[in-house]
Amino acid sequence: MTVAVYVAMYAGALLFLVGCLKRIYQYARTPFHLRWELYPVPHEQPDRARYGGSYFESGEWWLSPQAVHHRGDWTAMFREIVFLRGLWEFNPRLWLPSFLFHFGLYLSIVTAGLAIAGAAFGALIPGVVAGRMTADAFVIAGWTGATGILLVLAGSIWLLIRRATDATLKNYTKAGDIFNLTFFIAAFACLAYGFLGSTVNGASFEEIARGALRFDRGTHVGATAGLGLILVSALAAYIPFTHMSHFIAKYFTWHSVRWDDRRNARDGIVESKVAVSLRNRPTWAAAHVGADGKKSWAEIASANPAEEVRK
Amino acid sequence: MSHFTRLRDLSRSNREPVIHLDNEELMPLPAPLDDPAREHAWTPLSEQCVTRYECGLDDTCAVNIPQPKTAEEEKELVGRFLSGLDKLFDKQNNWTFLQPLLLTMEHCTGCQTCAESCHIFEASGFNELYRPTYRSEILRRLYFKYVRHGGLLSAWQHGNIRLNWPLVARLIELSYRCNLCRRCAQTCPIGCDNGLVAHELRKLFSQEMGIAARELHEQGSMLQLKAGSSTGMTAEIVKDNVDFIDEDISERTGIEVHTPWDVKGADVLLIHNAGEIMAWPENPGAFALILTMAGVNWTMSSELAGYDSINYGLWYDDAQFARVALKHVEAAKKLGVKQIIVGECGHAHKALCVTADRLLTGDFNIPRTSWLPLVRDIVMSGKIKFDPARNDFPVTLHDPCNMVRLMGVVEPQREIVRALCPQFREMEPHGVENYCCGGGSGFAIMSGNNFPDWRFHVAGRKKMEQILNAFADCIGPETPKYLCAPCSNCKGQFRDMLAYYDMWEQNRIMYGGLVELIVNAMVDVKPGFIEWEWR
Repeated sequence: MTVAVYVAMYAGALLFLVGCLKRIYQYARTPFHLRWELYPVPHEQPDRARYGGSYFESGEWWLSPQAVHHRGDWTAMFREIVFLRGLWEFNPRLWLPSFLFHFGLYLSIVTAGLAIAGAAFGALIPGVVAGRMTADAFVIAGWTGATGILLVLAGSIWLLIRRATDATLKNYTKAGDIFNLTFFIAAFACLAYGFLGSTVNGASFEEIARGALRFDRGTHVGATAGLGLILVSALAAYIPFTHMSHFIAKYFTWHSVRWDDRRNARDGIVESKVAVSLRNRPTWAAAHVGADGKKSWAEIASANPAEEVRK
Repeated sequence: MSHFTRLRDLSRSNREPVIHLDNEELMPLPAPLDDPAREHAWTPLSEQCVTRYECGLDDTCAVNIPQPKTAEEEKELVGRFLSGLDKLFDKQNNWTFLQPLLLTMEHCTGCQTCAESCHIFEASGFNELYRPTYRSEILRRLYFKYVRHGGLLSAWQHGNIRLNWPLVARLIELSYRCNLCRRCAQTCPIGCDNGLVAHELRKLFSQEMGIAARELHEQGSMLQLKAGSSTGMTAEIVKDNVDFIDEDISERTGIEVHTPWDVKGADVLLIHNAGEIMAWPENPGAFALILTMAGVNWTMSSELAGYDSINYGLWYDDAQFARVALKHVEAAKKLGVKQIIVGECGHAHKALCVTADRLLTGDFNIPRTSWLPLVRDIVMSGKIKFDPARNDFPVTLHDPCNMVRLMGVVEPQREIVRALCPQFREMEPHGVENYCCGGGSGFAIMSGNNFPDWRFHVAGRKKMEQILNAFADCIGPETPKYLCAPCSNCKGQFRDMLAYYDMWEQNRIMYGGLVELIVNAMVDVKPGFIEWEWR
């Protein structure tokens, strides 16, 4: 069991990383698209961002450089990522289960980070101070881990019940959605039973973290906790290949679409990207488009399919 | 209530509509339209329409797709659809919107947060067919099945759908049941965009299958590229009309106005929606008066499309969109003006100032902006004297989606109405959270079959509710009220919808633009520029 858990943890982390990079690469290499922003855009001047205004409210805006207030973006992102502000505002019925679920995941990620850091720190830096810091990290990880597991469990069960009972969702719920939530419930239920249950008889989370770092086969991982760690690792490997990787998508939907109000200044970077896009060669079949796979987008845009009849 | 509409209902083999809408099922309206006597019965589709065209979606028909005669013909159409579907997700063909489309296809969680933000879904009495995710989910399933070539595992993960001609035909119609206002996209926690899905579907049908609403394509962008304007007006005709408008405005206001044409090196090229020149001539007249009195060095252009800012391609076809945008900047380039200013037309704002920003390079990259900051600055500068008492009647302001939510021009128009209209009151919600007038994405000019019934009963219903609420304290006929809509398409929708519900005759609700209110309040102008006569 111990070796299986170690292998699953490393493989899960690796596949998660590879899957995420693949997603990022997939979206990052899509062509530079037309502007399609939605207001409010939070990096506008704060007095404008408040009501959703843009630089288009100024006369002759092109005579001054575009001001970007990154603090607005960071604040909006913080509110959205940590508190799920969009749901709070527009779908309050879904907010609580979703918040429990996501906040639980964040705590679980923090726990994993603390455990890795604690184990690595303890192994690499000997000494009383380092030992105390490591111990503190594991104490915090104990609390964040326990809270995170319980929140994910509560959130996923609540979301599953909602999926199963809400009539408005039935058109849009696939077998995969039920499976995903069940997967979370199974994995985190095992973790809860294995690490928080009253009959825990295997290594603690701290011992497993230290053991995993050294690949110590002598560490005894309890059966339920081990199963939980294997399932969570499998879940981590699976997420990037599903719509649940929306934490990656969201970066692009926000920064490259909704908030992307970069101006096309003469001889600027945007203009050079536009010039590249205009070299694409479409093959749309409708006669009025006039595409044949040889003409560039610029040539098609310059053509006039209507006969010019002017009096 | 209609039965619950499943996704698979769109693939039903017969030509029966998937849903029927009854007035009793629609969102209730406040007084005085809470009286059933003022609610219209729907005009049924004609026998000819039902037997000739695909009308299998709901109680109306927007696109008039001819019914295929044979199974082979249907199969060929489905093949063309699949070919277009592939191109929608191909870099060479759809660089314009591939990234946002992919993100929307691959990451919707189906949480339905967007649903209640959609005015069409709400106004229909929450009819499932009009749920913003309904058409997106169909396209998503087609994407995973036919573009990503997903097998059984994919069907389990993403859901399955049966592709046949009835599905394609209904999807064509369904892509014309969305105003593209993107209010739903504003609420999506992930950033998915169901408005974009409707846009991309329209694009697929137009660019691959040559299918589009006639009012947008043949009578819209094609006519504009042929004659210079979707109104059919050539340069000579438009100049004649503007001459007449100048004379009329000079007479009505007592101030000599002369619209300059083709002035080389002018500071400003003003492009109106040419519909204003035909339907609401006081609007371009008011513009000419304001710019003349403020001493702006401006001109209009008689180049092809240089006098009509409309760009219907924005709603259904990227190639047509780019061609018209290019014509607009060509006109400016030829005159060597410093900037293009778009008049009271919401979609023209969005098309030329925002979306086309990533199409123009080099000499074509000429500054393009809204008329509002310029005129706001004129009004606030003190160059012209105003008497707000001349506008002392209830005024509310409609926010055109393309100008506000999609471009961020929110306050300049408010600064003007606050300064000049003592009885100004906001609609709720307003600004970037506004509701579409119901005429967005081309609906305002689409009047075939019984489509106006759907447009007023469903698409415009939420806006009608907002208008009635804004004027609730003075809804009686004794008080004339002004619905200010600084957008030609929105005005077209209001003209037709207010007439449909007899709101002028019975409740004295008038609609009009913003420049009319400005001129009406000018001290140097003869009183009574706003004539309070329905047209």
